[in-house]
Amino acid sequence: MSAKVTETTVNASVVVEAPIERAFKVFTEDFGSFKPPDHNMLGVEIAETVFEPRVGGSLYDRGVDGSVCRWARVLEYEPPNRVLLSWDISPQWQIETDLDKTSEWEVRFVAETPERTRVELEHRNLERHDEGWQSVRDGVAGDAGWPLYLQRYVDLFA
Amino acid sequence: MTYAKSSWAVLADPTRRTIFERLAERPSAVGELAGDLPVSRPAVSQHLKVLKDAGLVIDIRAGKQRIYQVDPEGLAALRAELDRFWNTTLAAFKSVVEQPPKEI
Repeated sequence: MSAKVTETTVNASVVVEAPIERAFKVFTEDFGSFKPPDHNMLGVEIAETVFEPRVGGSLYDRGVDGSVCRWARVLEYEPPNRVLLSWDISPQWQIETDLDKTSEWEVRFVAETPERTRVELEHRNLERHDEGWQSVRDGVAGDAGWPLYLQRYVDLFA
Repeated sequence: MTYAKSSWAVLADPTRRTIFERLAERPSAVGELAGDLPVSRPAVSQHLKVLKDAGLVIDIRAGKQRIYQVDPEGLAALRAELDRFWNTTLAAFKSVVEQPPKEI
């Protein structure tokens, strides 16, 4: 796993021991199973995260009370090679309704061998979020910050 | 603009991360941070310098004090957050996708 930060883009990648079709399928169909659980703008617990597998679809969280938070739009959908989504979340971790102020993230799947896939993620056009940065925690339910997720991940391998 | 160190590397230090989060909640002077944290004032100053060099925080002169805050203009903080978000997400994805396939 590696990550690189340039001025308006975040790049991250990971190599997984899985065929490209499976990597794509799990990434899209099971997005909710690996998304940090506290990435939640609903204010209630998330019952499910749904990735609608088509251009024009959404990636959304459904809360246990039935409320829905659509935080990404599917812009391009090319199984098993690539997806492109919007990021409709402001730097204040609120849903951004002005689509001119949303960034986008592309996920590319590259077969390194029949059983190994490289997943490259590029989150770009961050300059569109021009409202500035106010708080790491605004809009995130609860008071657990992002570092907690990181710690949780590190703990898995401890 | 180039940064001496990536935001990711800078925020990997737990004390620095704590300081950054405090500043995200509320702009503060060195003394306030040192009073709240189990580290010396010179250590806090050193961490603030690293955060500042990385473009994550800025300082504003207020009388005799220097108030530090998360850079409201720059995108460095947002990038750092997204960087962490995607790293965490991809790491979790790896552990999920490498589990034996479930029969559905």
